[in-house]
Amino acid sequence: MTTPRLLAAVAATALIAASCSADTSDTGATTTAADDSSTASTDAPSTASTEAPSTASTAESSTDATTITLVTYDSFPAADTSLNDALAAFTADTGIGVDILVAGDTGTMVSKAALTAGNPEGDVMWGVDNTFLSRALDAEIFEPYSTSVELPAELVDLAPNGEVTPVDFGDVCINYDIGWFADNGLEPPSSLDDLADPAYADLLVVQNPATSSPGFAFFLATVDEYGEDGWSDYWTALSDNGVAVVDGWTDAYYGDFTWAGGGDRPIVVSYGSSPPAEVLFADPPVDTAPTGVVESTCFRQVEFVGVLAGTDAPDEAQALVDFLVSDAFQSELALNLFVYPAAPTVELPQEFVDYAVVAESPRSVDPTTIESNREAWIDEWTELVLG
Amino acid sequence: MDRAGARVNRPPAWLVAALAAVPTTALALFYLWPLGTLFTETLGADAVADTLRRATTREVLWFTFWQAVASTGATLVVGLIPAWLVARYEFRGRGSLLGAVTAVFVLPTVVVGGAVLAVLPASIERSTCAIIVAHVLFNIAVVVRLVGALWERLPTDLSAAAATLGAGPLDTMRHVTLPLLRPALLATASAVFVLTFTSFGVIRVVGAPGTRTIEVEVWRRATQLGDIPGASALTIVQLLVLGLVLAATGLLQRRWTTSLDLAPTHRRRPRTRRERSLVTAIGLTTAAVVIVPIAAMVIASFSSPTGWTTAGWTDLDGGEIRPGLRVGIDPVAAVTASLRFAAWATLFAVLIGGLASLAITAAQRAGRLLDIGLTLPIATSAVTIGLGLLITFDTPPVDWRAEWWLVPVGQALVAVPFVVRAIVPSLRAIDPQLRAAASTLGAAPSRAWREVVLPMAWRPLLAAAGLAGAISLGEFGATSMLSRSGNETLPIAIERLLGRTGATLQAQGYALASILALVTGLLMIIAERGTGRTGER
Repeated sequence: MTTPRLLAAVAATALIAASCSADTSDTGATTTAADDSSTASTDAPSTASTEAPSTASTAESSTDATTITLVTYDSFPAADTSLNDALAAFTADTGIGVDILVAGDTGTMVSKAALTAGNPEGDVMWGVDNTFLSRALDAEIFEPYSTSVELPAELVDLAPNGEVTPVDFGDVCINYDIGWFADNGLEPPSSLDDLADPAYADLLVVQNPATSSPGFAFFLATVDEYGEDGWSDYWTALSDNGVAVVDGWTDAYYGDFTWAGGGDRPIVVSYGSSPPAEVLFADPPVDTAPTGVVESTCFRQVEFVGVLAGTDAPDEAQALVDFLVSDAFQSELALNLFVYPAAPTVELPQEFVDYAVVAESPRSVDPTTIESNREAWIDEWTELVLG
Repeated sequence: MDRAGARVNRPPAWLVAALAAVPTTALALFYLWPLGTLFTETLGADAVADTLRRATTREVLWFTFWQAVASTGATLVVGLIPAWLVARYEFRGRGSLLGAVTAVFVLPTVVVGGAVLAVLPASIERSTCAIIVAHVLFNIAVVVRLVGALWERLPTDLSAAAATLGAGPLDTMRHVTLPLLRPALLATASAVFVLTFTSFGVIRVVGAPGTRTIEVEVWRRATQLGDIPGASALTIVQLLVLGLVLAATGLLQRRWTTSLDLAPTHRRRPRTRRERSLVTAIGLTTAAVVIVPIAAMVIASFSSPTGWTTAGWTDLDGGEIRPGLRVGIDPVAAVTASLRFAAWATLFAVLIGGLASLAITAAQRAGRLLDIGLTLPIATSAVTIGLGLLITFDTPPVDWRAEWWLVPVGQALVAVPFVVRAIVPSLRAIDPQLRAAASTLGAAPSRAWREVVLPMAWRPLLAAAGLAGAISLGEFGATSMLSRSGNETLPIAIERLLGRTGATLQAQGYALASILALVTGLLMIIAERGTGRTGER
């Protein structure tokens, strides 16, 4: 009785396995940027070996080209967007294939790279930002390379020794629910000071800077405004004014924020590019952004790309860096990553220009200062606000 | 029990060694070695000293411990009621109920956490109380499946005898049924304790701001602060605590094991009117509890701040949301990839866990060690295991860190402790007299073992396979550390979608979560249909 049943179970499992692997050999192209051209995969070096069984079969049809690996954070699309199409065009032009390796959120990506420094998982890393830059540079994960593409000096100078190249930037800002303020006959806040004003009591939700990247960026905005000695007074005032703290961005924006989460907080820490995303991904469609941005609260996050030290293909890696800051790729960033391209000459899509806010004089804190104070600041903040 | 008799009938030592070889090798290769490498390469005496000296370490450890104790107790108390129902009665919708309970177990934390927050009164939102409620909701399935696997085969004659002698149902439960179930209860309690002690997502979503378990603190140190030595030191603290707890429950479990004449599955339809209304009441209550998060999720997949929407479902083809605008997440590929990984992970987990269970019941002390060893992976932060694998398998001949199969291997390591727990109590309960009888009739020990023990292991093995599949489908921590292309599995695709601004993307995330729940529920129903109909032996 039992043996046939076991056999059936094993057979069923094997069937599922087989049918699924068969299915994914065409849909599972998530791993290779150049998913429509098998020229991308090759007799790859070990660093560029593929991650899904589906690509193993394409690897057999090898050509002479090299495939390199682009290590990125998890909001970078792995396939099927115009960003990936642009990478495929790069492959078509140069014969250099690009595999995308998603390493987790930015912090996890940098920690992994620091552990594997010298024997990296890939050849180029996309997305380390100014809040993690100092740690990445201390761990010597990058091999300096200066692209010949012209980029704004104030961005380039953030990495003084040319270890990394700026690729994009975006702002973390106070967002507010326009409709809520209209309904309640209240002017939206216009500064950090306003948030501590009793008129705005119990209206703000922020993320815990210990666990959230936008939460930490907003904290840095307050450090920039009130100074290393003054931020604690400001946060005491925010606490007294009933600020709500939650763990991460999703909990805040889609849990507590009046507009998107049906919560009871009409002011939230989010991105300068959240309003265009609200418009573009609205269903049913809307004509105007339902949320506004308080420009004077914006903290500037600059993201960088760099060649990973220890790469087997330094020339190809440098060629990819050049491409990533070229207009062809930079022009795709706005609508795929909701950031501003570092290259100032790039024309932005109209819907982005219409709704996104880019702060004129954004707040910033020096990367070295951030890294050397991060843990102490967060401990002190935790004691003060949550203790 | 008759230990001498059991010893005579134990399989030969070479067989035990052979059985233990695969699980031991897998554990050493994919767990002990990577973790050891990470510790030796990053950990120094000063990091350990710093960690122990820090006041927050003690606070975090204490909080982690007591919320796990409370959560485990509450889960057992709440979970035993549906476990009894499902184990003892045949009724309409039984399979669906089991499917729904298990589906909740694999739902993304964000989804269940959000539902808990939506249902709980505001006064206990984001509190330890909310954490315990969410833990109970998640882990009912563990109780129902692990305890149920033994319960449904407990002979009914003992409780019938008790009833004849005048014991009320509660007395019978307390003095007859629960003592017989003790090994399974203990195995379940230790599994739930480990799961809630190492809780990560629930703490972050429904806990009060700043509430931290050791697991959360390990993640924060390793990834947000870049303090890998500190994370390693905390991992060791966590392993020490859980190692002690597991060793203690392992000892107790052996002591409490009674051999039974396990019956074929004893489910029947409720007979009296009172029985019928009891079954209906418990069934409906359980269904209501587990349906809350599922309903909340389905509703969210049709919601947008401006009204109802179907875009979450109609745009699921991975195509353009607006001209030129695509998300880069292909849900169909995520479903097939999830199933493919789950199939492999189930295969690995059942192979490793099945062999281990046989070895554990056959050997005495060494078996206990193997049991604890195989539980350690779920007692260890996925972040540290992931980082360990990264720096261990980075040079030929073991340059495996880019291999796709690391994902199902990681998921299997997470599932094996549950496979073992689903099988071992039933194996231990096999009456040694049966084997003795076989020997008396002239069977060699290995033959007696093959013909007596193996046939009784199939049902728990299949239940274990279902559980392993479900765990793999819902696994997030290890998968996100080991996967490389970003949106391989459903839980990861869901997390990505829910982490972005935009009504359509949110609705899509919840639509994918609904699909995950549906697929899991269906698998459970199929597994139950395939194994539950006929009593065997």
